[in-house]
Amino acid sequence: MLWDALTLQLGYNAALVAIGATLLGVSAGVTGTFLFLRKRALVSDAISHATLPGVCLAFMVMVALGGDGRNLPGLLAGSAVSAWLGLLCMNWLTRHTRLAEDAAIGAILSVFFGLGIVLLTVIQTMGVGRQAGLEGFLLGSTAGMLWADALIIAVGGAATLILVMIIRRPMTMVAFDPEYAAARGLPVNRIDLAMMGLVMAVTVVGLKIVGLILIVALLIIPPVTARFWTDRSDRVVLLAGLTGGMAGYLGAALSASAPNLPTGPIIVLVSFGFFALSLFLAPARGVLAAVLRHLRFQRRVHIRQGLLALAQGQKIYEPLTLRLLRRAGLVRADGVATDPGKARAAKALRDEKRWEIVRSDLAHEATAALYDGLRDIETVLTLDQIAEIDRRIGTPQEVPA
Amino acid sequence: MSGEEFVPLSLTPLLIGVFAAIACALPGNFLVLRKQALIGDAISHVVLPGIVVAFLLTGAISTWPMMLGAAGAAVVAVILIEAIRRLGQIEPGAAMGVVFTTMFAAGVLLLEQTDTSTVHLDVEHALYGNLESLIWLDATGWSSVLDIEALVGLPPELPRIALTLVGVILFTWLFWRPLKISTFDEGFARTIGIRTGVLGMALVITAAIAAVAAFDAVGSIIVIAMFICPPAAARMMTNRLETQIAWSVVFAIISAVSGYVLAGYGPLWLGGADAVSAAGMIATMSGLILALAALFGPCRVRVGVQNSA
Repeated sequence: MLWDALTLQLGYNAALVAIGATLLGVSAGVTGTFLFLRKRALVSDAISHATLPGVCLAFMVMVALGGDGRNLPGLLAGSAVSAWLGLLCMNWLTRHTRLAEDAAIGAILSVFFGLGIVLLTVIQTMGVGRQAGLEGFLLGSTAGMLWADALIIAVGGAATLILVMIIRRPMTMVAFDPEYAAARGLPVNRIDLAMMGLVMAVTVVGLKIVGLILIVALLIIPPVTARFWTDRSDRVVLLAGLTGGMAGYLGAALSASAPNLPTGPIIVLVSFGFFALSLFLAPARGVLAAVLRHLRFQRRVHIRQGLLALAQGQKIYEPLTLRLLRRAGLVRADGVATDPGKARAAKALRDEKRWEIVRSDLAHEATAALYDGLRDIETVLTLDQIAEIDRRIGTPQEVPA
Repeated sequence: MSGEEFVPLSLTPLLIGVFAAIACALPGNFLVLRKQALIGDAISHVVLPGIVVAFLLTGAISTWPMMLGAAGAAVVAVILIEAIRRLGQIEPGAAMGVVFTTMFAAGVLLLEQTDTSTVHLDVEHALYGNLESLIWLDATGWSSVLDIEALVGLPPELPRIALTLVGVILFTWLFWRPLKISTFDEGFARTIGIRTGVLGMALVITAAIAAVAAFDAVGSIIVIAMFICPPAAARMMTNRLETQIAWSVVFAIISAVSGYVLAGYGPLWLGGADAVSAAGMIATMSGLILALAALFGPCRVRVGVQNSA
């Protein structure tokens, strides 16, 4: 069943939804990346909630003009207008009043959403009886998706992607260093607005599939996921598009494979799955990598301290140190150093003395800054320098009896 | 309007709306100043899975398990946000966005997967609440306010939200000094021995409790609006925290009362037949107040910024 869904064999509607969700995921992931890098991820929350009054007003206008209230292009146009209004209000609030951006986001999203709900109840009492589709915009409803709807999503998604590709360089610069961008003469405020405009376009396109409450997830989760894997912004954009698209496709397929699996939430949960995997498994920034790094560090500290203790003839009590030394073949089971162990211990003690000289000599100040108790001295000084230091340490003195 | 009509039909929803608005606006003042305003937004989203799980475990719509479930979900969300922020080194806004959307999606999925058609539990209800239906049928007029028998029939949401309000006021009053100091200068607060981490957590938990109690009665949209709009509007009126809190309470009351009245009677004045959503109207009114304050408030611009208006 799932295989059928993944290969688009599950009927016309399921195939349409899967293709639409994939395109939506790609464009949301790509657009959301810039928002995330600009540290304004939650602005999308305000934008998406601000679409609701527009949807309702568009419906009312279309009914008043005698048309079908559920005409998708009309509803999307209405939602775009009100989302844009919300965006301008939010921008105005943060620029011209003392409110911080988070308060402005919260104010816009709650007020616009509240107004939308008022309008929804007005529509319910208008008695036109065809308003059932409007609630679908809250959480998305893919059941009755038409070819024309899918076409709108495809065209909208593609247009957004092309626009992102055109203005990606200024957007990246503004995201990383707005002051520098302003100094270069870029219109930072206009670029920000363009970025928000793209987010708005994605939101409007996604209303039909995932609904206005969950579209935020598609704009935030894939970029955060992609950020784990790379430090280069162009690759983050590509990876975010990829994970977003995969989440859209897999989610749509999963939701088509069994009853009672609403498309929007499933897509969100799939992309959260990708996120959780990345959080734990990503090579450099993941939790697993950090744990391994920590364990490796711990092992080095224990071996180093153990060797120093061996060299000075002290007894080692720490069980972890003993175990590590034994496993490396440096001590015997009874805690006595083996020959390689003795050699390594002598070297460790000598290195410690060399470092001591280095750190007390102002000529080696830059090198001394690299001292962390673990670094091998050969990696920071040349053989000649080490030989010079060894001359200063001198040969073994008389051994006390 | 006569007492016979007003007391049973409008008095309790009005009181519940006002209490919920104040209970959210009080902690909202500190959240807005600490730039944590969106905590309210996150909490009101994650409450849904908590309620659904509580329903699945108990199999019935009963209040206490659901409130516990909602509060539990809020705590889980706060912990998850913090964990993701630290483990993944992600900025707080994005971490919040990841957590609350995922938990909300999980809640919707659980709701769709279980048969809740026989009970009144759906996403729309969670969003709008049902303020209008919290009527007091046992009342016959103003005299009922003193009548023990009639008071028993009060909707249980009223004493619950009143209790929450008292709790929130007590918290604000008892911890006034540490709250104020740590909000404006966290470093200084730490040097004089205030445990800012614990205090910040306590504030978030207080906000969560207020949100859950209000959510139960009036739906999540009012919760978000009341956490942010009245404190934000009050912020434009004054530079003193005491005055700001007083203004925010006034704004909260005005939006609750005017929103309720406009929702109930506005359509009738305009010739319509039915009322519109009171929750939505209250949120809209608070937005109007915020807009007026942002346009005309005496302290609306940042200190040191030229007034361009």
